[in-house]
Amino acid sequence: MVEWTDFERATIQDIFSRIDADIVGPAALSRCLIVYPWTQRYFGSFGNLYNAAAISSNPKVAAHGKVVLSGLQLAVNNMDDIKQTYADLSVLHSEKLHVDPDNFKLLADCLTIVVAAQMGADFNCDVQAAFQKFLAVAVSSLRRQYH
Amino acid sequence: MSLTEKDKAAVKALWAKVAKSADAVGADALSRMLLVYPQTKTYFSHWPDRKPGGESVKKHGKRVMGGVALAVSKIDDLTAGLLELSELHAFQLRVDPGNFKLLAHCIQVVLANMFPNDFTPEAHVALDKFLANLALALSEKYR
Repeated sequence: MVEWTDFERATIQDIFSRIDADIVGPAALSRCLIVYPWTQRYFGSFGNLYNAAAISSNPKVAAHGKVVLSGLQLAVNNMDDIKQTYADLSVLHSEKLHVDPDNFKLLADCLTIVVAAQMGADFNCDVQAAFQKFLAVAVSSLRRQYH
Repeated sequence: MSLTEKDKAAVKALWAKVAKSADAVGADALSRMLLVYPQTKTYFSHWPDRKPGGESVKKHGKRVMGGVALAVSKIDDLTAGLLELSELHAFQLRVDPGNFKLLAHCIQVVLANMFPNDFTPEAHVALDKFLANLALALSEKYR
């Protein structure tokens, strides 16, 4: 059972209420596909991922970025049992999507960088630590049903 | 994943924009690393304090970014250019090389935070490769 301090709870709720999910989701996913191009392996049906410009303007990438962020919102709404909340999603990623779970961390790092760019001075050390802890829990829960 | 000419150009272009803030970037990145990845504090038990923004952290952040600046100037042959620093890290400091990517991540978070318009996805991928190659050159002499 993950222990959250009051500061961490408040910080996570604050971040997610402040960021524009429709911007941050697509930005994080396209950054991941650009910075770690091997992650493109999961998106063969998305069309043109040939270069950074194509990825950044690809509508399927944008749509999927929003899906990913709404998945994270689920965790934000259930911070005291992310493991259970993500059980089905974990099975999906393992059994159906066959995603190498090491990739989750890559996307998490890109999300951190995009949020850092959005929040400016408010994204201080303590806020970053809380955010990365939250993402680590989400990633760990998403990995849990892999066998 | 070695650096292409395009990567090197992108790194130099980004560095030109951020170099004058290098000390601040270093201090902030190091502060974040020590807080977000507390296991990294184990290397600094000899400091009077490890608090984010403290004097020891600021001084060391400046030194680290001096190393990054050196690496940018030696970008065409990082292994040769960072030989002395590699020997320092291998034989005296003995920092586990797994930690280099933690600091690299924090440097990138700080750059995104301080220079959101310059740290584009294209600049990000070039810098990520550069820092990975820098870490490799730094670990060259380990064994």
